Amino acid sequence: MMGETAGRPVEGRSFGARVIVLVPYLWLAAFFLGPFLIVVKISLSQITMTQPPYAPLFDAAAGWEGFKAFLAALSLNNYATLAADPLYLEAYLKSLEVAAISTAMLLVLGYPTAYGIARAPRRLQAVLVMLVILPFWTSFLIRVYAWINILQHDGLLNQVIVALHLADHPLTWLSTDTAVFIGIVYSYFPFMVLPLYSTLERMDAALFEAAADLGCPPWKTFWVVTLPLSRPGIVAGVLLCFIPIVGEFVIPDLLGGSSTVMIGQTLWTEFFANRDWPTASAVAIVLLALLVVPIVIYQHQQLRELERGR
Amino acid sequence: MEASNCFIPPTVSASSGSTHRLASAAQIPLVQFQAVSKRYGQLPAVEALTLDIYQGEFFALLGPSGCGKTTLLRLLAGFERPTAGRILVDGEDLGDTPPHRRPVNMMFQSYALFPHLTVERNIAFGLKQEGIPKNDIARRVAELLALVRLERYAGRKPDQLSGGERQRVALARSLAKRPRVLLLDEPMAALDKKLRQDTQFELMELQAKLGTTFLIVTHDQDEAMTVANRIAVMEHGRIAQVGPPVEIYERPNSRYVADFIGEVNIIEGRLISTTLERALIVTDSGGHLAITPGVDLAPGAITWVALRPEKLRIAAEPPRQAPENLFVGTVGEIGYLGNMSVYKVRLDSGEVWKAAVANTTRHADRPIVIGERVWVSFDCDATIVLTR
Repeated sequence: MMGETAGRPVEGRSFGARVIVLVPYLWLAAFFLGPFLIVVKISLSQITMTQPPYAPLFDAAAGWEGFKAFLAALSLNNYATLAADPLYLEAYLKSLEVAAISTAMLLVLGYPTAYGIARAPRRLQAVLVMLVILPFWTSFLIRVYAWINILQHDGLLNQVIVALHLADHPLTWLSTDTAVFIGIVYSYFPFMVLPLYSTLERMDAALFEAAADLGCPPWKTFWVVTLPLSRPGIVAGVLLCFIPIVGEFVIPDLLGGSSTVMIGQTLWTEFFANRDWPTASAVAIVLLALLVVPIVIYQHQQLRELERGR
Repeated sequence: MEASNCFIPPTVSASSGSTHRLASAAQIPLVQFQAVSKRYGQLPAVEALTLDIYQGEFFALLGPSGCGKTTLLRLLAGFERPTAGRILVDGEDLGDTPPHRRPVNMMFQSYALFPHLTVERNIAFGLKQEGIPKNDIARRVAELLALVRLERYAGRKPDQLSGGERQRVALARSLAKRPRVLLLDEPMAALDKKLRQDTQFELMELQAKLGTTFLIVTHDQDEAMTVANRIAVMEHGRIAQVGPPVEIYERPNSRYVADFIGEVNIIEGRLISTTLERALIVTDSGGHLAITPGVDLAPGAITWVALRPEKLRIAAEPPRQAPENLFVGTVGEIGYLGNMSVYKVRLDSGEVWKAAVANTTRHADRPIVIGERVWVSFDCDATIVLTR
């Protein structure tokens, strides 16, 4: 069977090959696992008025007794604070809500766009993909500021609306949830379109012909063939958008109002305004858990499904 | 295909008429291509092609890549629209009928199995679109799985199957809806040679059992000769010749067909005298050929004589009784194929002919070797005279 050879480990690898495999692990250990453990440690510490602003500090010179004292000083009370204060829970829920709604909007807008690009003539496809990526060549911050300009009271959007007599007076856009959604959907659009496009573009056109040949009208072919086969692209696009949107700080801070307090802003306030590094770290760790757990469950299920098929 | 033995050459002469068992005069063709043309921009793929295919035939479209054979199949399936002409199935003009409403099904060269569906659901796909009750679908799928001997693989996904298994799933899927015509686009191109030969015979058995009309597209002449009972040889979007395999092989109507089907020596010459039984041809290199013309020719005409390698006799000594066509040459190369050997003989007149000899015994008494002088001969009626 052809599929079985893919996953089989290569036997008798040379020393060089082993070292090469090690490189990504070393990279992850140095730049992900290390910092992550430091943040976990800070989240278990207490706020102080010292430099750095938390205690206890790890001191290797203090020996075994010192280490035991260090461990004893760590506590979960920052997490208890998070659980006790509804402010945090609300911020988490708001973040998840904003991320869910805007990811859904991105999918609804991104799928037809990606589909259109994938069905365009070969030569045009490269141009269209380029057009999707092009805004990235300008600074993200500048583009968000540009939206402030467009959305403000006498901004471009209101000018157009009044000129077209869609409303007789300018509407309030800035500092609303709508502005946050506009900003997020605009900013994350390429992250949704590109994975969808790459899945749709790779799809064998003979599959659509086969569906038609077997009696499927075009609209039904889309539902029973195209959509199920683009699931990897949908999953990639959704994860690529949903995860960073949950932690988004700049867009809600600049375009949103006081009603849209997302967890990113809470984190910023704890860290910079309150100088409460331990609480800020705890907020970050909970956010990570919130995102990682569902993804791990999903991947686990995917794997099981794959194994069931064997 | 017949390979002549050294002593008694059995030459096959196809009698015309006997092979047209399928087409009774009153029968209307199942598929009719009427002056069908297809152009891509300025590029013609199919040109004013007219062809009838009858119920129950195993019909092959044969030609090199780019001859328009696949386009013709896609026109019938409805994936392409003809630029001009009509396509009828059961006497009904398919005109603008979209692919999903046509009474034909296609087996794709890439198989085009749905990777997200199991074998079972791939096969059931077409039946589901028709809104057939679940129980009936299950029964039909079980029937088809048995037909292609894949019962054990019903729950597998296509990427867990071997190439041959996938091919059988594709076949079962395309047969599920009992199409009026089954279209097969290079169905065995992805299989290795041994499996391909087995599959060819299986396909023939299946076709005989089901009685479904099969229309196969292939560039492999052996495959077409094996499976089909009628072949259309295509060239540049037109049909060069249509007929049963024997007729195509033994009585090609042009150098193109003679050359495309099997091995052939083509000798250019000028007709110098002709009667009903004998025509004398002088070749470009000055040799004389005595042949049975079979066609009406005016003396002086340029003609080509096609001579199949297996119809040549080759001997290391001059024959005791000199035949009419005897040439002397030197063996240039020998290709040993196991079942036969092919000798490339450079004649003293300069031409190079191929002669194929069946290896009827395990060890020839005295094998012919490279560089040896040989006497090459053939019968008058072993040749085909071509005028184009």
